[in-house]
Parts: sequence; structure tokens; C-alpha cells
Amino acid sequence: MSAYSVTEPTGRSKLVAGLLVTLYAVITLMPLLWIISTGFKSGPDSISYPPKIVFEPSLEGYVNLFTTRTRVAAEEFQNLPPPDTWYDEIVRDQGMVIAGPSRFGERFLNSVIIGFGSTFLSIFLGTLAAYAFSRFKVPLKDDLLFFILSTRMMPPIAVAIPIFLMYRELGLSDTHLGMILLYTAVNISLAVWLLKGFIDEIPREYEEAALIDGYTRFQAFRKVVLPQAATGIASTAIFCLIFAWNEYAFAVLLTSGTAQTAPPFIPTIIGVGGQDWPAVAAGATIFLLPVMIFTILLRKHLLRGITFGAVRK
Amino acid sequence: MTDPITAAARATPAPVARRIRGLSDRAIAWLFVAPTIFLLLAINIFPLIWTIRLSFTNYAANRPNREVEWVGLRNYERILTDDGIWANMQTTAHFLLWTLFFQVVIGFTLAWLINRKFKGNDLLTTLIVLPMMLSPAVVGNFWTFLYQPQIGLVNYVVELVSGIPASSFSMLGPGGYAPWSIIIVDTWMWTPFVMLICLAGLRSIPDYIYEAAEIDRASKWRQFWTITVPMVLPFLMLAVLFRGIENFKMFDMVVLLTGGGPGNETLLASIDLKREAFEKWRTGYSSAYAIILFVTVFGLASIYVKALNKVKER
Repeated sequence: MSAYSVTEPTGRSKLVAGLLVTLYAVITLMPLLWIISTGFKSGPDSISYPPKIVFEPSLEGYVNLFTTRTRVAAEEFQNLPPPDTWYDEIVRDQGMVIAGPSRFGERFLNSVIIGFGSTFLSIFLGTLAAYAFSRFKVPLKDDLLFFILSTRMMPPIAVAIPIFLMYRELGLSDTHLGMILLYTAVNISLAVWLLKGFIDEIPREYEEAALIDGYTRFQAFRKVVLPQAATGIASTAIFCLIFAWNEYAFAVLLTSGTAQTAPPFIPTIIGVGGQDWPAVAAGATIFLLPVMIFTILLRKHLLRGITFGAVRK
Repeated sequence: MTDPITAAARATPAPVARRIRGLSDRAIAWLFVAPTIFLLLAINIFPLIWTIRLSFTNYAANRPNREVEWVGLRNYERILTDDGIWANMQTTAHFLLWTLFFQVVIGFTLAWLINRKFKGNDLLTTLIVLPMMLSPAVVGNFWTFLYQPQIGLVNYVVELVSGIPASSFSMLGPGGYAPWSIIIVDTWMWTPFVMLICLAGLRSIPDYIYEAAEIDRASKWRQFWTITVPMVLPFLMLAVLFRGIENFKMFDMVVLLTGGGPGNETLLASIDLKREAFEKWRTGYSSAYAIILFVTVFGLASIYVKALNKVKER
């Protein structure tokens, strides 16, 4: 490096840029911090004016998220035995008793099952297809690849109408399997495009050497290509998982009970006189946190993932 | 140093390498591609064809026993002459154009600033990117809380900064702010997307071009307009393509934020389509609606891609 470079920004311009970007980051992260902090507010604190920045932390939101509560008559309330557990106590403080667990646990579990199921299937099918597109002469290759991509252009509601009818005929409505297949179909375009990019980067010579050593093509794929593509496969998997995790339109139209995931459920968490904001925020925090962590892990491959591999850096 | 595998591979003539035992490459290729194509045919193409078929009928999914009649092009005719739908298209266009405008301006500026490579720019980039990875439904729902006129953070901050009383206006209620409220949330979520792509564009410009310009005594201003902007343009256009397609289809975030209201002020085409299809159950009619939307987005995207390729060729 030369001591003086014309392309290196000056110290002052760096400082100004740093300050402006920090300012933007602070503003843009406010809503997220607000979600996290509201989750730890008590009901009255969450709706006080002016909005409270400093408050006494409370687990009310989290307790309300996982329970359903009822009011009991005043005299009966007086005669109740003292609360057994800390969460009983929090509910009593709101003048109510716990009636049972809420459905949040189930909905969250559905998100996990459907998210991981569809991710596994997308990656499994996507890796095979991507390998074939990367290594072999597939007839009409470009057309097929474009076809795979164009399936992403349809508005979800447009596809939802016939899928709703089809699932009703096949008995797949509101089932885990139905949602896994659907999310796989949506994700596979991303998986094929991204994985093809990653596999294209692995030198062909590796497999060819393995073939000379007496491996079959399939063994070479399994023992040479797959380990080399591991990082690419892992980051593609996270992208598929995040999509399935966040998806709302299909979930709200095609599921109602058994297979409903968390995104349609969280906005329906209500308390006395409207949405129970601490509980909504608690649910949102639990639901959004894994994605935030994944995003930080993924940061090197982020660009590639969000542009279907069109921009690789 | 090369490892033995690579060395062996390089030493082997290609034709020998291709002679292998087991299944032929062709068979493997088909075996590997077939499941994906099958799945897409079953869950994407077959439904699309079904939608096209339904769009020529008066079928209603909530009344499966009623006799289905062929109505020809009547559904299309009714949609294209319906003033309400043209109003929704304008709402969608308003949302689309303004979100693209803000995201391009802010996204490019941020990328340009981050490209100064100040200390800690990696960490800040990662933090800024967070909103776009989150569930639009969950985030959209929470923004209704931030937008509450009495207790919400947004109105409070506006009062702090401008002195306009927080309870005197409602971002999601009547008063005409709602179309801007959804633009703000979308811009908040997706500016990082444009920023990341612009940043990749800026980083792809080799230093020597600026060095040459410096030798030619081109001003910084001139360098910006003759080097930076044209070289980032293809990247920026790609970002606009992705965002344009996504926002044309926008449903989840807005439906939870406003549900299309107040009145029909934020009734985007997708939300209207959902009402027609799953609340009014006019399946045949909404199928035609869906096809019209799909053809529009596909047509606009194709024209745009042609323009993008021209810019790339330059």
C-alpha cells in the first residue's frame, strides 16, 4: 500500500460517514428495541403516556403469552389459596387466575416442524437439482432454470386459490405435510439457484479425480461434492428456514387450527380491551430472535441469498 | 502448493475422467432434476393452469355443489372496467413508486457512506440489515402499536421533535396519513436490501478508475456522476427489480398494519384480491383478477429486464 492513496477517504469524511450511519442504525433499531422492551413491561407501563423508556421490568407479558386467564368473582378471589408459583402470582396481581396454557407453544412448535421440514426437503431436492444443472448437459437447461425462477413472481394469493381447492380435495388443508410441501415448492427456486452457484465454484477436477479412483458418479457426488458444498448448503438452508419461518399469507389462508404457525397467531393475542401488547411483544421477541441470530451468522452470504445468487460480492 | 487430488486431476485427460461405471450421467441428471420439476409442476404450474380455467367460470369455492357455468371473458371484462379495481391499482402504484424512491435514495446514500470504510462499518451494516430478515406479519402488527395516536412511540417522537401534539393526528386513521404510514414501514424494512446491493456495486468499482480520473484532474463531483453512478446503476436496477416484484405482491405487512383501511385508502391489489377470493368467495372472478395481476407483474418485469440488460451491455 502506498502512503497516500487518492481513493482512500479522508479521516474527516470517515468520521462524518460513521456518525450518519450510526444515527441511521439507532433510528432503525428503535422499533426492534421497542418490541424487546415492551415484552418486559407490565400492562399499564406498556400503554402509559409519555411512553416509558425506563420502567420496572416485569414478566407479565411472557406469562400472559403462555397462559389463558380468567376473572373470578371478587369474593371467590379473596378466598383463593395463596399463589403456588411465581407465574401464578403475576397473574393474581392482574386480578385474574390461570385457566390453562395458551396455544402459543403449539403454534411455535408448528413453525419449527414446518420450517425445518420444508427446509430439509428444499435442500435435499435442491442440492440434487443444482448438482445436475451445474455438472451435466440438461436439455432446455436455461429454460428450466428460468421457469424455476419465474414461479417466484406469482402473488401468493393467486396461487393460494387453486391450492386451497386442491388441498381440500386431497385432505391436505391444515396439515403439516401440506404446508411443508407448499413451502418446499416456494423455496426450491431459491435453493436451486443459490446451490447451483455454490456448486459451480467447486472445481470439477475434484470429482474427476474421484471418478478415476474408482468412485461412481453418485459416490463422487456424496463424498467429494457434498462436503465441499457444506457451507453453501448451510447458508442456503438458513435462507429457506427464514422464509418458511416468516411466511404469513399461505399460513393464514390454508391453516386454521392444527398446522397454524406463529405469524398468524401472534397478531391475535388479545387481552382486556384490545391486543395485549406486552404479550404480543414477548411472542414477537421469542419469534424474531432466532432470525436475528441467523442473520448475524449469515452476514457473509446475505447478499447472495437475497438476490438469488445474482450478486456474489 | 496443490493437494494430491487436484494434482492427480489436472494430470488426467478429461475424456478418461468421464468414462465411469454405474448410471450414465444422463440418467443421473434426470434422476436429480425430476423431483424438483415434479414438485413445481404439482404445486405451481398445475394450480396456475387451474386458476386460468376457473377464471372463465362463475365458480364459488364456498358453494361447491352449485352448478359451474362458463362465462367466457366476462370476469376479465368486469375487472378491467371496474373503477374500484383501477383505484386499487393506483394505490398499489403509489405504494410501489414511493417505496422504491425512498429505498433507492436512502439505500444508495447509506451504501455510499458505509463505503468510506470507517471503523466499525461491518458491525453497523449487520445491525442495519436486521429489519428486512424479520417476519413482515409480526413486525407489521407491532407497528400498529408504534403508530397508536395516544401511546405510540411514533406520535410521541413527532411531538418531541416538532411540537405537534401527539394525540392530534393518527397515522393509521382518517386524515390521509395511512398510505404514507405503510410506505414508512416498508422503507424501514427494505432499505437495507437496496443498501446491500448498492454496497456490492460500489465495492466492485476498481480503485484504478478513480486514480486515473484523479490524474485527469476530474473533480470529485464529476467522478461521482461519471464513474460511481453509472457503475452502480446495474446493481441499483437489480435491487429495484427485486423490490418492485415483491412490493407489487405486497400483502402480509400491510394487511396487518391497516387491513386496507381506513376506507380503501391502503387497499393494495393483493389485499383486495384476498377479500374477493376468501371473504366474498367469488372464486372465478378472483381467479381472473389473479391472472391479470400475474400478467402485469410478469410483463413489467420482462420489459424492465430488457432495459437492465441494455444498461449492463454499455
